[in-house]
Amino acid sequence: MGSTYKPSDERQLAELVTWAAAEGRPLELTGAGTKRALGCAVIGETDRVDLSGVAGVAFYEPEELVMSVRPGTPLDEVERLLAERGQMLAFEPPDWGWILSGQSAPGTIGGTVSVGGAGPRRYRAGAARDFVLGAHGVSGRGELFKSGGRVVKNVTGYDLHKLMTGAYGTLGVFTEITMKVLPTPEKTYTLLIFGLSAERAVAALGDAARSPFEPSGLAHLPRAEAARSQVSYVHGAGAAVTAVRVEGPEVSVKHRMGELRALLAGYGQMEELHSSNSLRLWHEIRDAWLLPSEVEAVWRVSVPPSAGPALVEAAAPDSWMMDWAGGLLWLGYDVASAEQGARLRAAVGQAGHAMLVRAPRALKAQTPVFQPQDDALARLSARLRQGFDPAGILNPGRMGDPAGAKAA
Amino acid sequence: MNAPTPEPQAADLETLAARFREVLPAECVVTDAVARRPFETDAQTMHRQMPGIVVLPQDTAQVAQVLKLCKEFGVPVVPRGAGTGLSGGATPVPGGVLLALTKFTRILDIDYANRCVVAQPGVTNLGITRAVEDDGFYYAPDPSSQIACTIGGNVAQNSGGVHCLKYGLTVNNVLGVELVTMDGEILRIGGKQLDPAGYDLLSIVTGSEGLLGVITEVTVRILPRPETVRALLISFDSIEAGGACVADIIGSGIIPAGLEMMDRFTIDAVEEYCAPGYPEDAAAILICELDGPAAEVDHLIGEVSTIAERNGATGVRASTSEEERLKFWMGRKAAFPAAAKIKPDYYVLDGTIPRNKLAPVLQRIGELSAASGLTIANVFHVGDGNLHPLILYDANVPGEMEAAEKLGHDILRLCVEVGGVLTGEHGVGTEKRALMPEMFSDVDMQQQQRLKCAFDPDQHLNPGKVFPTLHRCAELGAMHVHKGEVAFPDLPRF
Repeated sequence: MGSTYKPSDERQLAELVTWAAAEGRPLELTGAGTKRALGCAVIGETDRVDLSGVAGVAFYEPEELVMSVRPGTPLDEVERLLAERGQMLAFEPPDWGWILSGQSAPGTIGGTVSVGGAGPRRYRAGAARDFVLGAHGVSGRGELFKSGGRVVKNVTGYDLHKLMTGAYGTLGVFTEITMKVLPTPEKTYTLLIFGLSAERAVAALGDAARSPFEPSGLAHLPRAEAARSQVSYVHGAGAAVTAVRVEGPEVSVKHRMGELRALLAGYGQMEELHSSNSLRLWHEIRDAWLLPSEVEAVWRVSVPPSAGPALVEAAAPDSWMMDWAGGLLWLGYDVASAEQGARLRAAVGQAGHAMLVRAPRALKAQTPVFQPQDDALARLSARLRQGFDPAGILNPGRMGDPAGAKAA
Repeated sequence: MNAPTPEPQAADLETLAARFREVLPAECVVTDAVARRPFETDAQTMHRQMPGIVVLPQDTAQVAQVLKLCKEFGVPVVPRGAGTGLSGGATPVPGGVLLALTKFTRILDIDYANRCVVAQPGVTNLGITRAVEDDGFYYAPDPSSQIACTIGGNVAQNSGGVHCLKYGLTVNNVLGVELVTMDGEILRIGGKQLDPAGYDLLSIVTGSEGLLGVITEVTVRILPRPETVRALLISFDSIEAGGACVADIIGSGIIPAGLEMMDRFTIDAVEEYCAPGYPEDAAAILICELDGPAAEVDHLIGEVSTIAERNGATGVRASTSEEERLKFWMGRKAAFPAAAKIKPDYYVLDGTIPRNKLAPVLQRIGELSAASGLTIANVFHVGDGNLHPLILYDANVPGEMEAAEKLGHDILRLCVEVGGVLTGEHGVGTEKRALMPEMFSDVDMQQQQRLKCAFDPDQHLNPGKVFPTLHRCAELGAMHVHKGEVAFPDLPRF
């Protein structure tokens, strides 16, 4: 077990990384430490960098829809500040704590952006990378650099900040992240359709997605997963539940709900959720909270929406749910095995990718956590990493490949 | 424009052309001087350069072979779409090869089940919308050149348009690309799924200005047409009042589909040109477009009208028909040709500023314009703070083009000074590379160039664009730290 360092500003952090690079000492970067089980564990003996001291809001200008924060700022603090001004992070960052440790653990904004991803609104609004406008960071060389800016319309130079989003801290350490924020919708209603098969559900969700009624959530829960919801209309359904979310001003939401009910009337029995029930359900979907807590292995699969139902059938999970109109699958297995992963990835083929989110340590050690890339892409990724972190000291192995192992 | 252009390689272009003809049909290899002439510039016409050879490959395999041959001969390559770019990104390199994707004009797949279109890079931006509009869909980013510009060029430049405020830039609408690297390797990045499998390479390939690879296929998402589109035409007796109104609209939680402003000079110019019927006494007008479900749009028209009135609008008109909405836009869309009637040449800028800096920046632009003696017409995507000042000049008057360039650069410096950026949608290219240090330190730019090195270590692809100084990749790769020389960090330890 190495030492833990807690820099209090970017200067100290840059000094630390410079020293570590010179000494060839790998560093594990952590904020609140809530996502250490996501992705791969760092390889070898590392010192730990606790970034919770590099925290706070650099600026927040609600009328400009922009907020700039340091990485150690707790996510719930960011969301609270935004809520005070009627705004939000529109990419709906998941609370990974539920799936990783069975309890809420939102962690920091730095961790949130570093693992990328998004919640149910991904389909309509985009992911973390679509909202990161710029960043300051420290490269593996210990150099302070910036990219992007604080405005949305900007094509000046390469978007290093977007590349670093979802890179699990293997390219650089964020020291400040500038994000586009959006107004919180006035109303959130949800249309529920009961009793659909996966295939029928994706057809219904597709019809909604192709309509001009702007759904911002398109999910499907099989019967057993729906029964775990805390929303009475969902857990009491006694059937699979397909959910379509509509957000906006009240007059608009009511109009669109009416139109969607008419459009989807042929699919099955319907119900509407309003206000807190509606918000609750989408949190449950966002956090994959509806998968049973005792499953050993959880996979997160990203595919074209129409491929969702066939993939569920081929993968034969013990529990599952579907988001993004079928394009995001959460698959749970009561007992984990390496063979499941192989079968799943064979079924996904080149159409998308599967990530092993939760599994016993032994399985994670023998199954690639991230979908293996073809050789050319893997070599390119390794060269990119070398450009940022030539000594391979930042979170080595966190995205699967030992630093530079495949570099040409 | 004092940045170095890389020296042309002393390659035997004739031999290279012969080698190209072994892998491409003869008519796809252009060496004749007259036939090469149309490729000497893109829409940034201030600087021209004849390419050594123009190649027009027909498929991805041919692109890969062309790039491999260029690498073998050490000859630089410049990729080009329709040549509508405004920053010189497709300006040829002396003695180099120009690789035009003109023959890649097919739409490969229209997939309504997954709401996406797969297209070759030479398909026009509008061509994608045309292919799906009968089924009620469209492709959202809409650069003003959309009738001519290509989707491949849009990806290379991360193009924007008037609807970015609500629908994002190209980067927010691309799902996948096929990219050929300088080594001739064919990479498939992304696809029809939403999330990247590893590093988000799409986010850097989009906007890479042809420096990382040649795009040979693009997958974009398409959206259902909104139920309704309506616009408001709002006039103000000062730019400040218009700026305050914009802040108030967005601060109220309304994200219009488009939010455009024009100054008095431009209003007069377009009235003269096409008589859109704009108010005669306004210092500035705002076009606020709202789209979406009918009930929402009607509701928001009311809200925005109220906001406009409380910000001192001198006139508010809401479109009640599609015809009227298009008339509001007619003047805005005619701004560039209207300017061209006043002076033979104009230089269009593209800086972005934080919205709340609008009034002071416009005042300063007015002062700079007066000092230079050159007139500026101001049109802008005010919703995202993206300014397009048009500097009017006459290239036949000695010194005017240089004065226009200098004035333009001064304005872009001002944009950066107030927290904005050099380019919102046109790209850096050759036009703004010398200004990059205004925004980025050497360290920042070196980190960006290392990314280039990961794709193209010998820097054969579109060299001399974006960056003011070329560094050799070996030099950029070196680590300038030595064991033991760095002081132990003064940090709390646990």
